[in-house]
Amino acid sequence: MNIHIKGGRLIDPANQIDSLTDLFISNGRIASVGSAPDNFIVDQVIDASNKIVCPGLIDMCAHAREPGPAQKGSIRTESMAAVAGGITTMVTPPTTSPIVDSPAVAKLIKDRCIEAGKITIHPMGALTKALEGEQLAPMHALASSGCIAFTNSRQAVANSLVLTRCLEYAATHDLLVIFQAQDASLAQGGCMHDDSTCTRLGLNGIPESAETVEVARGLLLTEQTGVRAHFGQLSCERSVRMITEAQERGLPVTADVSIQNLLLTDENVNGFNNNFHLIPPLRSQLDRAGLIQGLLGGTIQAICSDHQPHESAAKEAPFADTEPGMIGLETLLSLSLWLVDQEMLDLPQLIEKLTLAPATILGLDEGNLAVGRTADICIFDPEEEWTLTPESSHSRGKNTPFMGHPLKGRVTNTLHQGHIVYSAT
Amino acid sequence: MLEHTDPSQVQLTKDGELKHFITTEHLSREMLTEILDTADSFVDLGAKQVKKVPLLRGKTVVNLFFEASTRTLSTFELAAKRLSADVLNLNISTSSTSKGETLKDTLMTLHAMHSDMFVVRHSSSGAAHFIAEHVTPDVAVINAGDGRHAHPTQAMLDMLTIRQAKGAFAPLSVAIVGDILHSRVARSQIHALRTLGVEDIRVIAPNTLLPRHIESLGVKVYTDMQQGIKDVDVVMMLRLQKERMNSALLPSESEFYKLYGLTMDKLALAKPDAVVMHPGPINRGVEIASSVADCDRSLILDQVTNGIAVRMAVMSMAMSGQTKSRSDLNGTEV
Repeated sequence: MNIHIKGGRLIDPANQIDSLTDLFISNGRIASVGSAPDNFIVDQVIDASNKIVCPGLIDMCAHAREPGPAQKGSIRTESMAAVAGGITTMVTPPTTSPIVDSPAVAKLIKDRCIEAGKITIHPMGALTKALEGEQLAPMHALASSGCIAFTNSRQAVANSLVLTRCLEYAATHDLLVIFQAQDASLAQGGCMHDDSTCTRLGLNGIPESAETVEVARGLLLTEQTGVRAHFGQLSCERSVRMITEAQERGLPVTADVSIQNLLLTDENVNGFNNNFHLIPPLRSQLDRAGLIQGLLGGTIQAICSDHQPHESAAKEAPFADTEPGMIGLETLLSLSLWLVDQEMLDLPQLIEKLTLAPATILGLDEGNLAVGRTADICIFDPEEEWTLTPESSHSRGKNTPFMGHPLKGRVTNTLHQGHIVYSAT
Repeated sequence: MLEHTDPSQVQLTKDGELKHFITTEHLSREMLTEILDTADSFVDLGAKQVKKVPLLRGKTVVNLFFEASTRTLSTFELAAKRLSADVLNLNISTSSTSKGETLKDTLMTLHAMHSDMFVVRHSSSGAAHFIAEHVTPDVAVINAGDGRHAHPTQAMLDMLTIRQAKGAFAPLSVAIVGDILHSRVARSQIHALRTLGVEDIRVIAPNTLLPRHIESLGVKVYTDMQQGIKDVDVVMMLRLQKERMNSALLPSESEFYKLYGLTMDKLALAKPDAVVMHPGPINRGVEIASSVADCDRSLILDQVTNGIAVRMAVMSMAMSGQTKSRSDLNGTEV
């Protein structure tokens, strides 16, 4: 199928392109930029005038819940939500049920993803068996079955010697390790940032040290073992500073942050709104400012959704008894555009953090619209205002505080491997 | 980016009357005073031959206790009966939840039985708030203690006891001593004391039993009891749960008693006419010496008596506000 994307503003940070130009797609790949290639017979034209055309977004952390409880979501439903948000590649954590600690589970996820036929999913594999922090997971076999990186999720490996061995083994095979830094004992029983709001509400707090202690240990052991390491979904200003210092010393570590931690703070928990029960928790204004600074200064390269769909019952209980997390695939782009609205970033810079930067961290070819590359494309109207409603959202989870909230910037078309997988109605 | 709601607004009608009683935080001084004045009018009722008034006649009050309690449950039951309500006591910790029923389902079932008021105790902070906002907003919800968040009727009975003993609130120095971290009582007391005009509120505890930034609630923090108790008018002790010893918060009961237990020696540092309070049940020799608990400056039994009057006050006020708010709603439907 030959597609002509006509009249849009093409923003392709990988090739420093930001201009009004056409894009031609053939056989799932970029055939030409600017003018049509010779003998190009158009099957379909997409009118992109007044719209932005950019690489499909790459989400470094989103839960699809499969295999696992179907009432929370499936690869089919969450893929649909992803493309409605312009996302064409997502990385899923190993905390499925069963856990991604055997090649069969990784293969199942890849197969289901192909069946759904909307996006590319790269599962993260478990760093240790059953995420129990005792024995190494079969990382090499998992990588051969499609795992793109390895993490022990938010259940930090308690035994530092075991963690060191994991990092050494990953380094042997040049595998990427992702720290979703949280010390289990310091975070135990906690459900929000440990500060004055937490004290007033009488909730169990998660101190910054739950994250910073693990970031510090992770940085030191990364340096010792020479593993490729990435820090996912940071929440603390102090973590950003430690990673900046390590990068300045020449340690090639990278980091991402979820859009919610860039926009919201622990004060939002006032009123016991269960949609603000998140792990990592929303933190202070100071932390939020530090994360934004880290993003602008380059310590943090990528923005992710940290999408976590839940059935309604999981959120219908007193605050601490609810399951943490919010959905975010469909709102990632709109919410991120706030950073452009506030003139913290320009549009190409933002798009880079949602496409090229995660691709570079993960070692993917996507996030680049050069001729010959895979045609994963997001087309959006940056000015269109819209509202996410429970009826219109595609994710099986409806758990987000942004439900019903006016949003700006809407995806109109998403292409995955040259196929139109989403068109706004 | 997103606005957050004031949690206390849930408990007021649009005219500012009480329709639930969930927290003392953000209630006006007038509202707290009204609760105390109403409670005062019920205090003498207990001594009369006929102890009942008909304010809740024909209403059904359900005491829903998801956490074990003896005195709070029995004073709520007595309060409801003295208001002539029909009372149902449910100890949920041993029934539905062990069968896997959710809190919401339990509440919806009781709602379908046309209950008029839920008195709720739950181990999770925000439970009463959750029920009032999301489950049964048309049933008056009285918070009988939610996690570490609030225990507003306990705080108000303490305020009534202080007012009876001391008259005015403004000139007082009040010390709250013990396990502040886990205490819903302390949080509700602090909010009520501040609103009623007490400027010198002190909390006294080791760092392991102090929540982070407790000073943001408007209190002074002391880790040394001798300093903290100096010249105070009121000493409010908190119960120390035995399980705190097992969670590395304290080395031993005896060390806690030595440093933070209220003894006659330590009480001597307070004002000569200082009074002693405790929400009960007391751990003699852990947080308070028997000689102090039983002395004439101890108001512990007055607190129990006042507990019934305060609970009658908030139950009658909330039922009245809830009834008005319901008829307002019905009025708009017509």
